Amino acid sequence: MRPLARAWLALVLAFLYVPVAVMVAMGLNASPLYALPLHFSLHWFAALAGDDAILLATRNSLLVALVTCVVATAIGTLAAVALARPDLRGRGVLQALLLPPIGIPWLISGTAMLVFFSWTGIGRGLHSMMLGHVALATPYVVLVVGPGLKALPPNLEDAAKSLGATPADAFRSVTLPLLLPSVVAAALFAFAVSLDQFVISYFLATPGVTTLPVLIYGAIRSGFTPEINAVSTALLAASVVLLLGFARLAGVGGFLGRR
Amino acid sequence: MPAERHAAGPRPRRTGTAATAALLAPTYLWLAVAVFLPLAGMLYFSLLTGVPAPHHPAAFTAENYLAFVRKPYLLHVAWRSLALGLWTTGLCALIGWPAALALSRAVRGRARDAIFLLTILPFWTSGLVRVLSWTMVLADHGLLDRALGAVIPGWRVSDLLYTFPAIVIGLVHAYLPYMILTCYVSLAAIDPALIEAARGLGARAPVIFARILLPISLPGLLSGAVLIFVPVIGSFMEPRILGGRVGVTMGTVIEDQFTQAFDWPLGAALSFTMLAAVLLLFGVLYGASRLRPAA
Repeated sequence: MRPLARAWLALVLAFLYVPVAVMVAMGLNASPLYALPLHFSLHWFAALAGDDAILLATRNSLLVALVTCVVATAIGTLAAVALARPDLRGRGVLQALLLPPIGIPWLISGTAMLVFFSWTGIGRGLHSMMLGHVALATPYVVLVVGPGLKALPPNLEDAAKSLGATPADAFRSVTLPLLLPSVVAAALFAFAVSLDQFVISYFLATPGVTTLPVLIYGAIRSGFTPEINAVSTALLAASVVLLLGFARLAGVGGFLGRR
Repeated sequence: MPAERHAAGPRPRRTGTAATAALLAPTYLWLAVAVFLPLAGMLYFSLLTGVPAPHHPAAFTAENYLAFVRKPYLLHVAWRSLALGLWTTGLCALIGWPAALALSRAVRGRARDAIFLLTILPFWTSGLVRVLSWTMVLADHGLLDRALGAVIPGWRVSDLLYTFPAIVIGLVHAYLPYMILTCYVSLAAIDPALIEAARGLGARAPVIFARILLPISLPGLLSGAVLIFVPVIGSFMEPRILGGRVGVTMGTVIEDQFTQAFDWPLGAALSFTMLAAVLLLFGVLYGASRLRPAA
């Protein structure tokens, strides 16, 4: 059974990586029409440097992701701390309220944001994308930081307080340093969620203000250049670095439980 | 809340409550402004005759919710979305559950960590670019045709792109990692000694599957199904790019109302109908799982 199981796993991985391999290969292929055989070329990467629309969209994507990462991590961590307090009332309701942003199809939350932001005058553009992305990423932050808090030794903060630390001091100098791996993992997650977010950005983009995924969608529907493959390959490389960081900090190895 | 607290506890507890509220406020205010108020606003819009403007006040109507009666082709579209959801979820379960089992029982140590990371890595590539790559693979005389042509003499074209199966392939690819993850988490919790014991007592593979592996991993299978079914029902990007003209789904119809037709009230009503259908389905599933005697 074991060789069969391994063969199945290999097949599944191959299926998962076929499109990724195609993307990388076409980003490095000289032909603009995906002609084969492959002629290695960094032409499309060089062309990226001169493509203002792609560079601007990439910059917007990174900016929104960075703001989302910082804000969502900050407010989500605070909420996780409050939700971990033993005497909290209405915990069930508060936790349930975190689910709609994750569970409702993005198409519905995205169009709802479009309607509401246009109607109230908040408008569309980068600021409303940030508003939307933070709302999307914060529940994930709470869900990642929450278990990290639970894993801390109990009564540490009480011990610090009994030694004369104020609650804020106890949190800053005792809890936060111990919690840091979870917080950083949550921040990386929030960044990644925002960077790849397409649906909500799509409905909140304006003709002049787009992010990379929105630009790619437009490019696929009109005319498409392999530069998109090149920029995606660059993003993939960045993502691998982020993911490896996430795996180290969140302790995927420990989570898997080696037996 | 503070008034109740006043009677219930001494002073330190009250400042504790205020601090807790202050910690919770940013997150929940943000969610209110960016998620809950927009949903409420869209519910309001779905009951209007048109987008309200200063000189064109809109009146209330339930007309938008009758779209399925007035435009029977929408029933056809809804059925296609449902079929996409069922096919994608079913195939993900059939492919992902055995893969999760293999991951949990046939590989160990570092190799397992590596494969686990490889499984979730595609999440970090743009979903759009992956779908676009599939168009290159599935196109007439694309990479799939070339590969099959090299293996099978006389192979001409598979004609897959812009068909229903093409959409399913793209969606299965996009959502398979969810199923592998959720199934893996519940399968990895099974003590190997349990299976050894069953085998020692003479249980064959089908019995071990039906009496141990499947029941224990059912929660993982179900949560994977929910995580896949909900976004697939609302997908519009994959059907549009991989489905071409057959790719008309509830997702693309709703998208059109907001980006092409600018009939926001109709789009809002269709969104809420879809949301209600999904919630109803889960309500029924949840109820059914509760009714069964505890296993």
